[in-house]
Amino acid sequence: MELSSFLTLDSFITDPLTHGFMRKALLMSSLVAAVCGFLSSYLTLKGWALMGDAVSHSVMPGVVVAYALGLPFSLGAFIFGVGSVALIGFIKQKSRVKEDTVIGLVFTGFFALGIVLVSKIKSNIDLHSILFGSPLGISLSDVKQTIFISLLVVILLSIFRKDLMLYCFDPRHAKTVGINVFFLHYLLLTCLSLAAVVGLQSVGIILVVAMLITPGATAYLLTDKFDNMTVISVLSAIISSLIGIYVSFWFDLETGGSIVLAQTFIFLFAFLFAPRYGIFKLKKLFAGYK
Amino acid sequence: METINYQNFRIDAENICVDYNGKVALYDANLRLKPGQICGLVGMNGAGKTTFFNALTGFVNISKGKIRINGESVRSAQKDQTIAYVPQNEGIDSQFPISVWEVVMMGRYGSMNIFRCPRESDVQAVKDAIERVDLTDHLSTPIGNLSGGQRKRTFLARAIAQRASILLLDEPFSGVDIRTEKLISELFIQFKNEGKTILLSTHDMIHVREFCDLVLLINKTVVAYGETSEVFTPENITTTFGGISPDFLFGPES
Repeated sequence: MELSSFLTLDSFITDPLTHGFMRKALLMSSLVAAVCGFLSSYLTLKGWALMGDAVSHSVMPGVVVAYALGLPFSLGAFIFGVGSVALIGFIKQKSRVKEDTVIGLVFTGFFALGIVLVSKIKSNIDLHSILFGSPLGISLSDVKQTIFISLLVVILLSIFRKDLMLYCFDPRHAKTVGINVFFLHYLLLTCLSLAAVVGLQSVGIILVVAMLITPGATAYLLTDKFDNMTVISVLSAIISSLIGIYVSFWFDLETGGSIVLAQTFIFLFAFLFAPRYGIFKLKKLFAGYK
Repeated sequence: METINYQNFRIDAENICVDYNGKVALYDANLRLKPGQICGLVGMNGAGKTTFFNALTGFVNISKGKIRINGESVRSAQKDQTIAYVPQNEGIDSQFPISVWEVVMMGRYGSMNIFRCPRESDVQAVKDAIERVDLTDHLSTPIGNLSGGQRKRTFLARAIAQRASILLLDEPFSGVDIRTEKLISELFIQFKNEGKTILLSTHDMIHVREFCDLVLLINKTVVAYGETSEVFTPENITTTFGGISPDFLFGPES
Protein backbone atom coordinates (compact mmCIF):
# COMPACT_ATOMS: atom_id res chain seq x y z
CA MET A 1 0.00 0.00 0.00
CA GLU A 2 1.13 3.46 -0.72
CA LEU A 3 1.56 5.50 2.36
CA SER A 4 -0.17 8.50 0.84
CA SER A 5 -3.40 6.60 0.37
CA PHE A 6 -4.26 6.56 4.04
CA LEU A 7 -3.24 10.06 4.91
CA THR A 8 -6.87 10.89 5.40
CA LEU A 9 -9.09 8.91 7.74
CA ASP A 10 -11.74 8.89 5.05
CA SER A 11 -9.67 6.96 2.57
CA PHE A 12 -8.26 4.78 5.36
CA ILE A 13 -11.79 3.52 5.90
CA THR A 14 -13.32 3.65 2.43
CA ASP A 15 -10.48 2.39 0.23
CA PRO A 16 -10.56 -1.22 1.47
CA LEU A 17 -14.32 -1.25 0.95
CA THR A 18 -13.81 -1.03 -2.81
CA HIS A 19 -12.61 -4.64 -2.70
CA GLY A 20 -15.33 -7.30 -2.61
CA PHE A 21 -13.30 -9.67 -0.46
CA MET A 22 -12.75 -6.93 2.11
CA ARG A 23 -16.44 -6.12 2.37
CA LYS A 24 -17.17 -9.80 2.87
CA ALA A 25 -14.39 -10.18 5.43
CA LEU A 26 -15.58 -7.17 7.41
CA LEU A 27 -19.18 -8.35 7.46
CA MET A 28 -18.41 -11.98 8.26
CA SER A 29 -15.86 -11.17 10.93
CA SER A 30 -18.26 -8.74 12.59
CA LEU A 31 -20.94 -11.39 12.64
CA VAL A 32 -18.59 -13.99 14.07
CA ALA A 33 -17.30 -11.48 16.61
CA ALA A 34 -20.84 -10.65 17.70
CA VAL A 35 -21.68 -14.33 18.24
CA CYS A 36 -18.47 -15.07 20.13
CA GLY A 37 -18.83 -11.85 22.11
CA PHE A 38 -22.37 -12.75 23.16
CA LEU A 39 -21.28 -16.18 24.34
CA SER A 40 -18.17 -14.73 25.93
CA SER A 41 -20.14 -13.10 28.78
CA TYR A 42 -21.45 -16.48 29.83
CA LEU A 43 -18.13 -18.26 29.56
CA THR A 44 -16.35 -15.58 31.58
CA LEU A 45 -18.94 -15.70 34.34
CA LYS A 46 -19.16 -19.47 34.36
CA GLY A 47 -15.38 -19.75 34.56
CA TRP A 48 -15.20 -21.77 31.37
CA ALA A 49 -12.21 -20.07 29.75
CA LEU A 50 -10.20 -23.28 29.84
CA MET A 51 -13.20 -25.18 28.51
CA GLY A 52 -13.37 -22.72 25.61
CA ASP A 53 -9.70 -23.38 24.93
CA ALA A 54 -10.30 -27.13 25.02
CA VAL A 55 -13.33 -27.15 22.74
CA SER A 56 -11.84 -24.78 20.19
CA HIS A 57 -8.71 -26.91 19.82
CA SER A 58 -10.59 -30.19 19.87
CA VAL A 59 -12.67 -29.31 16.81
CA MET A 60 -9.53 -29.63 14.65
CA PRO A 61 -9.80 -33.36 13.75
CA GLY A 62 -13.54 -32.87 13.16
CA VAL A 63 -12.85 -30.16 10.61
CA VAL A 64 -10.30 -32.35 8.82
CA VAL A 65 -12.51 -35.46 8.77
CA ALA A 66 -15.51 -33.49 7.55
CA TYR A 67 -13.46 -31.96 4.75
CA ALA A 68 -12.17 -35.39 3.74
CA LEU A 69 -15.70 -36.84 3.69
CA GLY A 70 -17.19 -33.85 1.93
CA LEU A 71 -19.47 -33.02 4.86
CA PRO A 72 -20.10 -29.53 6.22
CA PHE A 73 -17.05 -28.91 8.38
CA SER A 74 -19.27 -27.44 11.10
CA LEU A 75 -20.79 -30.87 11.62
CA GLY A 76 -17.44 -32.57 12.18
CA ALA A 77 -16.26 -29.74 14.38
CA PHE A 78 -19.39 -29.89 16.45
CA ILE A 79 -19.16 -33.65 17.04
CA PHE A 80 -15.53 -33.47 18.12
CA GLY A 81 -16.11 -30.34 20.20
CA VAL A 82 -18.89 -31.91 22.25
CA GLY A 83 -17.07 -35.27 22.23
CA SER A 84 -13.98 -33.73 23.80
CA VAL A 85 -16.06 -32.30 26.63
CA ALA A 86 -17.76 -35.63 27.21
CA LEU A 87 -14.36 -37.33 27.30
CA ILE A 88 -13.02 -34.74 29.74
CA GLY A 89 -15.99 -35.37 32.01
CA PHE A 90 -15.56 -39.13 31.76
CA ILE A 91 -11.83 -39.19 32.52
CA LYS A 92 -12.25 -36.75 35.37
CA GLN A 93 -14.91 -38.93 36.94
CA LYS A 94 -13.10 -42.22 36.47
CA SER A 95 -9.59 -41.20 37.47
CA ARG A 96 -7.88 -39.23 40.21
CA VAL A 97 -6.32 -36.79 37.76
CA LYS A 98 -7.31 -33.15 38.39
CA GLU A 99 -9.68 -31.39 36.02
CA ASP A 100 -7.28 -28.83 34.51
CA THR A 101 -4.81 -31.62 33.78
CA VAL A 102 -7.53 -33.69 32.10
CA ILE A 103 -8.64 -30.70 30.02
CA GLY A 104 -5.07 -30.02 28.96
CA LEU A 105 -4.29 -33.56 27.92
CA VAL A 106 -7.58 -34.22 26.12
CA PHE A 107 -7.55 -31.11 23.95
CA THR A 108 -3.88 -31.40 23.03
CA GLY A 109 -4.53 -35.04 22.11
CA PHE A 110 -7.43 -34.04 19.85
CA PHE A 111 -5.42 -31.21 18.36
CA ALA A 112 -2.49 -33.51 17.62
CA LEU A 113 -4.86 -36.00 16.02
CA GLY A 114 -6.07 -33.20 13.77
CA ILE A 115 -2.57 -32.27 12.69
CA VAL A 116 -1.64 -35.91 12.01
CA LEU A 117 -4.84 -36.36 9.98
CA VAL A 118 -4.06 -33.30 7.89
CA SER A 119 -0.66 -34.72 6.96
CA LYS A 120 -2.15 -38.14 6.16
CA ILE A 121 -5.21 -37.09 4.21
CA LYS A 122 -3.70 -35.52 1.12
CA SER A 123 -6.46 -33.14 0.26
CA ASN A 124 -6.76 -29.51 -0.49
CA ILE A 125 -7.10 -28.68 3.17
CA ASP A 126 -5.14 -25.59 3.89
CA LEU A 127 -3.58 -26.17 7.30
CA HIS A 128 -2.55 -22.57 7.52
CA SER A 129 -6.10 -21.28 7.11
CA ILE A 130 -7.41 -23.68 9.76
CA LEU A 131 -4.73 -22.75 12.24
CA PHE A 132 -4.67 -19.02 11.63
CA GLY A 133 -8.01 -18.27 9.97
CA SER A 134 -8.63 -16.76 6.59
CA PRO A 135 -11.36 -14.14 6.80
CA LEU A 136 -10.17 -12.64 3.51
CA GLY A 137 -10.49 -15.89 1.59
CA ILE A 138 -13.84 -17.09 2.90
CA SER A 139 -15.86 -19.05 0.30
CA LEU A 140 -19.54 -18.59 -0.50
CA SER A 141 -20.60 -21.91 1.05
CA ASP A 142 -18.66 -20.96 4.17
CA VAL A 143 -20.50 -17.65 4.25
CA LYS A 144 -23.87 -19.42 4.19
CA GLN A 145 -22.80 -21.83 6.91
CA THR A 146 -21.44 -19.06 9.06
CA ILE A 147 -24.62 -17.02 8.78
CA PHE A 148 -26.78 -20.04 9.57
CA ILE A 149 -24.74 -21.12 12.61
CA SER A 150 -24.42 -17.57 13.88
CA LEU A 151 -28.16 -17.00 13.75
CA LEU A 152 -28.79 -20.32 15.45
CA VAL A 153 -26.44 -19.51 18.34
CA VAL A 154 -27.82 -15.98 18.74
CA ILE A 155 -31.40 -17.26 18.79
CA LEU A 156 -30.60 -20.01 21.30
CA LEU A 157 -28.70 -17.63 23.58
CA SER A 158 -31.47 -15.03 23.31
CA ILE A 159 -34.24 -17.44 24.21
CA PHE A 160 -32.38 -18.90 27.18
CA ARG A 161 -30.40 -15.87 28.24
CA LYS A 162 -32.01 -15.54 31.67
CA ASP A 163 -31.85 -19.26 32.36
CA LEU A 164 -28.21 -19.33 31.32
CA MET A 165 -27.49 -16.36 33.56
CA LEU A 166 -29.10 -18.24 36.45
CA TYR A 167 -27.19 -21.39 35.51
CA CYS A 168 -23.89 -19.50 35.61
CA PHE A 169 -24.80 -17.71 38.82
CA ASP A 170 -26.49 -20.36 40.96
CA PRO A 171 -27.11 -23.75 39.33
CA ARG A 172 -28.35 -25.18 42.61
CA HIS A 173 -31.21 -22.69 42.73
CA ALA A 174 -32.00 -23.42 39.09
CA LYS A 175 -32.29 -27.10 39.93
CA THR A 176 -34.36 -26.41 43.05
CA VAL A 177 -37.00 -24.48 41.12
CA GLY A 178 -37.31 -27.19 38.49
CA ILE A 179 -35.18 -25.74 35.69
CA ASN A 180 -33.40 -28.36 33.59
CA VAL A 181 -29.75 -27.74 34.48
CA PHE A 182 -28.54 -30.69 32.42
CA PHE A 183 -30.12 -29.14 29.34
CA LEU A 184 -28.59 -25.73 30.04
CA HIS A 185 -25.16 -27.27 30.55
CA TYR A 186 -25.25 -28.94 27.16
CA LEU A 187 -26.88 -25.94 25.53
CA LEU A 188 -23.96 -23.79 26.60
CA LEU A 189 -21.49 -26.45 25.42
CA THR A 190 -23.29 -26.72 22.09
CA CYS A 191 -23.17 -22.97 21.61
CA LEU A 192 -19.49 -23.03 22.57
CA SER A 193 -18.69 -25.67 19.92
CA LEU A 194 -20.70 -23.82 17.28
CA ALA A 195 -19.11 -20.49 18.12
CA ALA A 196 -15.66 -22.09 17.97
CA VAL A 197 -16.52 -23.38 14.51
CA VAL A 198 -17.50 -19.99 13.13
CA GLY A 199 -14.74 -18.24 15.06
CA LEU A 200 -12.00 -20.39 13.59
CA GLN A 201 -12.72 -19.00 10.12
CA SER A 202 -12.02 -15.55 11.37
CA VAL A 203 -8.99 -16.00 13.57
CA GLY A 204 -8.15 -19.70 13.28
CA ILE A 205 -8.23 -22.56 15.74
CA ILE A 206 -5.29 -21.41 17.81
CA LEU A 207 -6.65 -17.96 18.56
CA VAL A 208 -10.40 -18.57 18.55
CA VAL A 209 -10.38 -18.98 22.31
CA ALA A 210 -9.46 -15.27 22.52
CA MET A 211 -12.71 -14.42 20.72
CA LEU A 212 -14.52 -16.49 23.34
CA ILE A 213 -12.97 -15.02 26.48
CA THR A 214 -11.39 -11.61 25.90
CA PRO A 215 -14.56 -9.60 25.07
CA GLY A 216 -16.33 -11.03 28.13
CA ALA A 217 -13.37 -10.29 30.36
CA THR A 218 -13.20 -6.71 29.05
CA ALA A 219 -16.91 -6.18 29.64
CA TYR A 220 -16.65 -7.69 33.13
CA LEU A 221 -14.26 -4.90 34.09
CA LEU A 222 -16.57 -2.21 32.77
CA THR A 223 -19.97 -2.92 34.27
CA ASP A 224 -21.89 -4.43 37.17
CA LYS A 225 -24.98 -5.19 35.11
CA PHE A 226 -25.34 -8.42 33.22
CA ASP A 227 -27.26 -6.97 30.27
CA ASN A 228 -24.71 -4.20 29.84
CA MET A 229 -21.95 -6.75 30.03
CA THR A 230 -23.40 -8.63 27.07
CA VAL A 231 -23.76 -5.45 25.02
CA ILE A 232 -20.23 -4.23 25.82
CA SER A 233 -18.81 -7.66 25.10
CA VAL A 234 -20.48 -7.83 21.68
CA LEU A 235 -19.50 -4.26 20.79
CA SER A 236 -15.87 -4.64 21.83
CA ALA A 237 -15.65 -7.88 19.83
CA ILE A 238 -17.07 -6.23 16.69
CA ILE A 239 -14.87 -3.16 17.03
CA SER A 240 -11.79 -5.36 17.49
CA SER A 241 -12.65 -7.28 14.34
CA LEU A 242 -12.99 -4.12 12.31
CA ILE A 243 -9.79 -2.64 13.68
CA GLY A 244 -7.94 -5.92 13.14
CA ILE A 245 -9.02 -6.28 9.53
CA TYR A 246 -8.25 -2.67 8.61
CA VAL A 247 -4.86 -2.78 10.28
CA SER A 248 -3.99 -6.07 8.62
CA PHE A 249 -5.05 -4.63 5.25
CA TRP A 250 -2.99 -1.46 5.47
CA PHE A 251 0.08 -2.91 7.11
CA ASP A 252 -0.05 -6.33 5.48
CA LEU A 253 -0.30 -8.27 8.76
CA GLU A 254 -1.84 -11.64 9.61
CA THR A 255 -5.58 -10.88 9.96
CA GLY A 256 -6.47 -13.32 12.74
CA GLY A 257 -3.59 -12.18 14.88
CA SER A 258 -4.46 -8.53 14.31
CA ILE A 259 -8.07 -9.06 15.40
CA VAL A 260 -7.03 -10.80 18.62
CA LEU A 261 -4.36 -8.18 19.31
CA ALA A 262 -6.98 -5.46 18.96
CA GLN A 263 -9.11 -7.31 21.53
CA THR A 264 -6.14 -7.62 23.85
CA PHE A 265 -5.43 -3.90 23.60
CA ILE A 266 -9.05 -3.04 24.39
CA PHE A 267 -8.86 -5.36 27.38
CA LEU A 268 -5.64 -3.70 28.56
CA PHE A 269 -7.28 -0.29 28.21
CA ALA A 270 -10.19 -1.47 30.37
CA PHE A 271 -7.76 -3.06 32.80
CA LEU A 272 -5.97 0.24 33.26
CA PHE A 273 -8.76 2.77 32.99
CA ALA A 274 -12.10 1.08 33.78
CA PRO A 275 -14.16 3.55 35.86
CA ARG A 276 -14.59 1.27 38.84
CA TYR A 277 -12.32 -1.72 38.44
CA GLY A 278 -9.41 -0.27 36.46
CA ILE A 279 -6.01 0.21 38.01
CA PHE A 280 -6.17 3.98 37.53
CA LYS A 281 -9.96 4.31 37.87
CA LEU A 282 -10.92 7.03 35.38
CA LYS A 283 -13.68 8.29 37.66
CA LYS A 284 -11.18 9.19 40.33
CA LEU A 285 -8.85 10.87 37.86
CA PHE A 286 -11.64 13.10 36.58
CA ALA A 287 -13.01 13.74 40.04
CA GLY A 288 -9.75 15.51 40.80
CA TYR A 289 -10.52 18.17 38.22
CA LYS A 290 -13.94 19.11 39.50
CA MET B 1 -50.45 -50.30 65.15
CA GLU B 2 -50.55 -46.68 64.12
CA THR B 3 -50.45 -46.11 60.40
CA ILE B 4 -48.31 -43.24 59.24
CA ASN B 5 -49.89 -40.79 56.87
CA TYR B 6 -46.99 -39.58 54.79
CA GLN B 7 -48.99 -36.58 53.62
CA ASN B 8 -48.53 -35.15 57.11
CA PHE B 9 -44.83 -34.78 56.60
CA ARG B 10 -43.41 -31.91 54.62
CA ILE B 11 -40.09 -33.67 54.44
CA ASP B 12 -39.76 -37.42 54.77
CA ALA B 13 -36.29 -38.74 54.08
CA GLU B 14 -35.87 -42.44 54.70
CA ASN B 15 -32.50 -44.19 54.87
CA ILE B 16 -30.97 -41.97 52.24
CA CYS B 17 -27.42 -42.54 51.01
CA VAL B 18 -25.35 -40.27 48.81
CA ASP B 19 -21.99 -41.10 47.34
CA TYR B 20 -19.73 -39.19 45.02
CA ASN B 21 -17.99 -41.65 42.70
CA GLY B 22 -18.03 -44.35 45.32
CA LYS B 23 -17.00 -42.06 48.16
CA VAL B 24 -19.76 -42.12 50.74
CA ALA B 25 -20.86 -38.67 51.87
CA LEU B 26 -24.03 -39.64 53.71
CA TYR B 27 -25.62 -42.97 54.63
CA ASP B 28 -28.81 -44.23 56.25
CA ALA B 29 -29.99 -40.73 57.06
CA ASN B 30 -33.55 -40.17 58.17
CA LEU B 31 -35.50 -37.00 58.71
CA ARG B 32 -39.16 -36.21 59.14
CA LEU B 33 -40.45 -32.68 59.43
CA LYS B 34 -43.96 -31.28 59.70
CA PRO B 35 -45.31 -27.86 58.77
CA GLY B 36 -44.28 -25.15 61.19
CA GLN B 37 -41.24 -27.01 62.48
CA ILE B 38 -37.76 -25.56 62.60
CA CYS B 39 -34.97 -28.09 62.61
CA GLY B 40 -31.28 -27.46 63.12
CA LEU B 41 -28.79 -29.51 61.15
CA VAL B 42 -25.59 -29.77 63.14
CA GLY B 43 -22.35 -31.46 62.26
CA MET B 44 -18.69 -30.92 61.51
CA ASN B 45 -17.39 -29.69 58.19
CA GLY B 46 -17.66 -32.60 55.79
CA ALA B 47 -20.24 -34.34 57.96
CA GLY B 48 -22.72 -34.26 55.10
CA LYS B 49 -24.80 -31.17 55.87
CA THR B 50 -24.54 -29.69 52.39
CA THR B 51 -24.96 -33.15 50.89
CA PHE B 52 -28.18 -33.53 52.86
CA PHE B 53 -29.42 -30.22 51.43
CA ASN B 54 -28.34 -31.24 47.94
CA ALA B 55 -30.26 -34.49 48.23
CA LEU B 56 -33.42 -32.72 49.38
CA THR B 57 -33.27 -30.20 46.53
CA GLY B 58 -32.45 -32.92 44.00
CA PHE B 59 -29.08 -31.34 43.19
CA VAL B 60 -27.44 -34.72 43.77
CA ASN B 61 -29.03 -38.10 43.30
CA ILE B 62 -29.43 -40.42 46.23
CA SER B 63 -28.04 -43.90 45.70
CA LYS B 64 -30.35 -45.52 48.25
CA GLY B 65 -33.42 -44.64 50.27
CA LYS B 66 -36.42 -42.50 49.58
CA ILE B 67 -37.28 -38.83 49.79
CA ARG B 68 -40.86 -37.64 49.88
CA ILE B 69 -41.74 -33.96 49.88
CA ASN B 70 -45.40 -33.45 50.83
CA GLY B 71 -45.82 -37.12 49.99
CA GLU B 72 -44.47 -36.62 46.46
CA SER B 73 -41.17 -36.99 44.66
CA VAL B 74 -38.38 -34.41 44.76
CA ARG B 75 -38.96 -33.84 41.05
CA SER B 76 -42.55 -32.74 41.54
CA ALA B 77 -41.50 -30.63 44.53
CA GLN B 78 -39.15 -28.80 42.17
CA LYS B 79 -41.94 -28.22 39.69
CA ASP B 80 -44.28 -27.03 42.45
CA GLN B 81 -41.71 -24.56 43.84
CA THR B 82 -42.00 -26.29 47.20
CA ILE B 83 -38.39 -25.96 48.29
CA ALA B 84 -36.26 -22.84 48.50
CA TYR B 85 -32.55 -22.98 49.15
CA VAL B 86 -30.65 -20.13 50.76
CA PRO B 87 -26.93 -20.65 50.09
CA GLN B 88 -23.99 -19.78 52.30
CA ASN B 89 -22.44 -16.45 51.44
CA GLU B 90 -19.28 -18.32 50.44
CA GLY B 91 -21.33 -20.50 48.09
CA ILE B 92 -22.04 -17.71 45.62
CA ASP B 93 -19.96 -15.55 43.33
CA SER B 94 -20.33 -12.11 44.91
CA GLN B 95 -18.62 -10.48 41.91
CA PHE B 96 -21.34 -11.66 39.53
CA PRO B 97 -22.80 -8.62 37.73
CA ILE B 98 -26.32 -8.92 39.06
CA SER B 99 -28.55 -6.66 41.15
CA VAL B 100 -30.64 -7.36 44.23
CA TRP B 101 -33.79 -7.07 42.13
CA GLU B 102 -32.53 -9.61 39.58
CA VAL B 103 -31.49 -12.12 42.25
CA VAL B 104 -34.84 -11.94 43.99
CA MET B 105 -36.64 -12.19 40.64
CA MET B 106 -34.86 -15.52 40.14
CA GLY B 107 -37.10 -16.84 42.89
CA ARG B 108 -39.98 -16.47 40.44
CA TYR B 109 -38.28 -18.12 37.43
CA GLY B 110 -39.73 -21.56 38.14
CA SER B 111 -43.27 -20.31 37.71
CA MET B 112 -42.68 -18.05 34.68
CA ASN B 113 -42.83 -18.83 30.98
CA ILE B 114 -39.75 -19.93 29.07
CA PHE B 115 -38.52 -16.37 28.40
CA ARG B 116 -38.84 -15.61 32.13
CA CYS B 117 -40.85 -12.45 31.51
CA PRO B 118 -42.10 -11.16 34.85
CA ARG B 119 -45.85 -10.72 35.18
CA GLU B 120 -47.49 -8.12 37.40
CA SER B 121 -47.81 -10.72 40.17
CA ASP B 122 -44.10 -11.61 39.94
CA VAL B 123 -43.08 -7.97 40.23
CA GLN B 124 -45.33 -7.58 43.26
CA ALA B 125 -43.97 -10.75 44.89
CA VAL B 126 -40.41 -9.52 44.41
CA LYS B 127 -41.25 -6.06 45.79
CA ASP B 128 -42.92 -7.56 48.84
CA ALA B 129 -40.07 -9.96 49.47
CA ILE B 130 -37.46 -7.22 49.25
CA GLU B 131 -39.51 -5.11 51.62
CA ARG B 132 -39.70 -7.93 54.15
CA VAL B 133 -35.92 -8.16 54.31
CA ASP B 134 -35.61 -4.38 54.43
CA LEU B 135 -33.60 -3.89 51.24
CA THR B 136 -35.97 -1.56 49.39
CA ASP B 137 -33.21 1.07 49.19
CA HIS B 138 -30.97 -1.37 47.33
CA LEU B 139 -33.16 -2.61 44.49
CA SER B 140 -30.62 -1.96 41.75
CA THR B 141 -27.46 -2.37 43.85
CA PRO B 142 -25.08 -5.00 42.46
CA ILE B 143 -24.68 -7.80 44.99
CA GLY B 144 -20.93 -7.17 44.99
CA ASN B 145 -21.57 -3.82 46.70
CA LEU B 146 -23.63 -5.31 49.53
CA SER B 147 -22.42 -6.26 52.99
CA GLY B 148 -22.44 -9.93 53.96
CA GLY B 149 -25.65 -9.44 55.92
CA GLN B 150 -27.39 -7.60 53.08
CA ARG B 151 -26.38 -10.35 50.67
CA LYS B 152 -27.80 -12.97 53.00
CA ARG B 153 -31.05 -11.01 53.15
CA THR B 154 -31.14 -10.81 49.35
CA PHE B 155 -31.13 -14.59 49.12
CA LEU B 156 -33.71 -14.85 51.88
CA ALA B 157 -35.88 -12.51 49.83
CA ARG B 158 -35.43 -14.80 46.84
CA ALA B 159 -36.75 -17.69 48.94
CA ILE B 160 -39.68 -15.56 50.12
CA ALA B 161 -40.49 -14.50 46.56
CA GLN B 162 -40.50 -18.14 45.55
CA ARG B 163 -43.31 -18.72 48.10
CA ALA B 164 -41.86 -22.08 49.01
CA SER B 165 -43.26 -23.98 51.96
CA ILE B 166 -39.89 -25.52 52.80
CA LEU B 167 -36.81 -23.39 53.42
CA LEU B 168 -33.35 -24.88 53.51
CA LEU B 169 -30.78 -22.49 54.91
CA ASP B 170 -27.07 -23.17 54.81
CA GLU B 171 -25.40 -21.33 57.70
CA PRO B 172 -27.91 -18.46 57.77
CA PHE B 173 -26.11 -16.71 60.63
CA SER B 174 -22.53 -16.92 59.48
CA GLY B 175 -20.88 -13.66 58.54
CA VAL B 176 -23.88 -11.42 59.16
CA ASP B 177 -24.24 -8.23 61.18
CA ILE B 178 -26.39 -7.95 64.30
CA ARG B 179 -29.18 -6.16 62.44
CA THR B 180 -29.45 -8.97 59.91
CA GLU B 181 -29.31 -11.59 62.65
CA LYS B 182 -32.21 -9.90 64.40
CA LEU B 183 -34.17 -9.63 61.15
CA ILE B 184 -33.60 -13.29 60.33
CA SER B 185 -34.73 -14.28 63.83
CA GLU B 186 -37.93 -12.32 63.40
CA LEU B 187 -38.50 -13.83 59.96
CA PHE B 188 -38.09 -17.32 61.41
CA ILE B 189 -40.91 -16.68 63.85
CA GLN B 190 -43.09 -15.35 61.02
CA PHE B 191 -42.26 -18.33 58.80
CA LYS B 192 -43.13 -20.70 61.62
CA ASN B 193 -46.47 -19.00 62.11
CA GLU B 194 -47.10 -19.20 58.36
CA GLY B 195 -46.61 -22.94 58.64
CA LYS B 196 -43.36 -23.08 56.70
CA THR B 197 -40.90 -25.85 57.44
CA ILE B 198 -37.32 -24.77 58.03
CA LEU B 199 -34.14 -26.80 58.00
CA LEU B 200 -31.03 -24.81 58.82
CA SER B 201 -27.44 -25.81 59.22
CA THR B 202 -25.38 -23.97 61.78
CA HIS B 203 -22.16 -24.03 63.70
CA ASP B 204 -23.60 -21.86 66.41
CA MET B 205 -24.96 -23.91 69.30
CA ILE B 206 -26.71 -20.92 70.83
CA HIS B 207 -28.84 -20.45 67.74
CA VAL B 208 -29.94 -24.07 67.88
CA ARG B 209 -31.20 -23.63 71.44
CA GLU B 210 -32.88 -20.36 70.51
CA PHE B 211 -34.79 -21.29 67.35
CA CYS B 212 -34.90 -24.97 66.70
CA ASP B 213 -37.76 -27.22 67.78
CA LEU B 214 -35.80 -30.20 66.55
CA VAL B 215 -32.17 -31.04 66.04
CA LEU B 216 -30.57 -33.42 63.62
CA LEU B 217 -26.99 -34.24 64.61
CA ILE B 218 -25.06 -35.81 61.76
CA ASN B 219 -21.65 -37.24 61.12
CA LYS B 220 -22.00 -38.97 57.75
CA THR B 221 -25.14 -40.49 59.23
CA VAL B 222 -27.64 -39.48 61.87
CA VAL B 223 -26.07 -39.41 65.32
CA ALA B 224 -29.22 -38.25 67.04
CA TYR B 225 -32.53 -36.71 66.07
CA GLY B 226 -35.42 -35.32 68.08
CA GLU B 227 -36.63 -32.48 70.26
CA THR B 228 -33.85 -30.01 70.94
CA SER B 229 -34.20 -30.31 74.71
CA GLU B 230 -33.80 -34.08 74.59
CA VAL B 231 -31.27 -34.55 71.84
CA PHE B 232 -28.98 -31.61 72.29
CA THR B 233 -27.00 -33.21 75.10
CA PRO B 234 -23.26 -32.88 75.67
CA GLU B 235 -22.80 -36.61 75.01
CA ASN B 236 -24.53 -36.48 71.62
CA ILE B 237 -22.66 -33.37 70.63
CA THR B 238 -19.37 -34.94 71.63
CA THR B 239 -20.15 -37.91 69.40
CA THR B 240 -21.18 -35.64 66.54
CA PHE B 241 -17.99 -33.66 66.70
CA GLY B 242 -15.76 -36.67 66.92
CA GLY B 243 -14.88 -36.48 70.60
CA ILE B 244 -14.35 -32.77 71.02
CA SER B 245 -15.62 -31.72 74.41
CA PRO B 246 -18.88 -29.72 74.33
CA ASP B 247 -17.36 -27.35 76.91
CA PHE B 248 -15.10 -26.23 74.16
CA LEU B 249 -18.01 -25.71 71.80
CA PHE B 250 -20.44 -24.15 74.24
CA GLY B 251 -18.09 -22.13 76.35
CA PRO B 252 -17.99 -22.25 80.14
CA GLU B 253 -21.76 -21.65 80.65
CA SER B 254 -22.72 -25.19 79.86
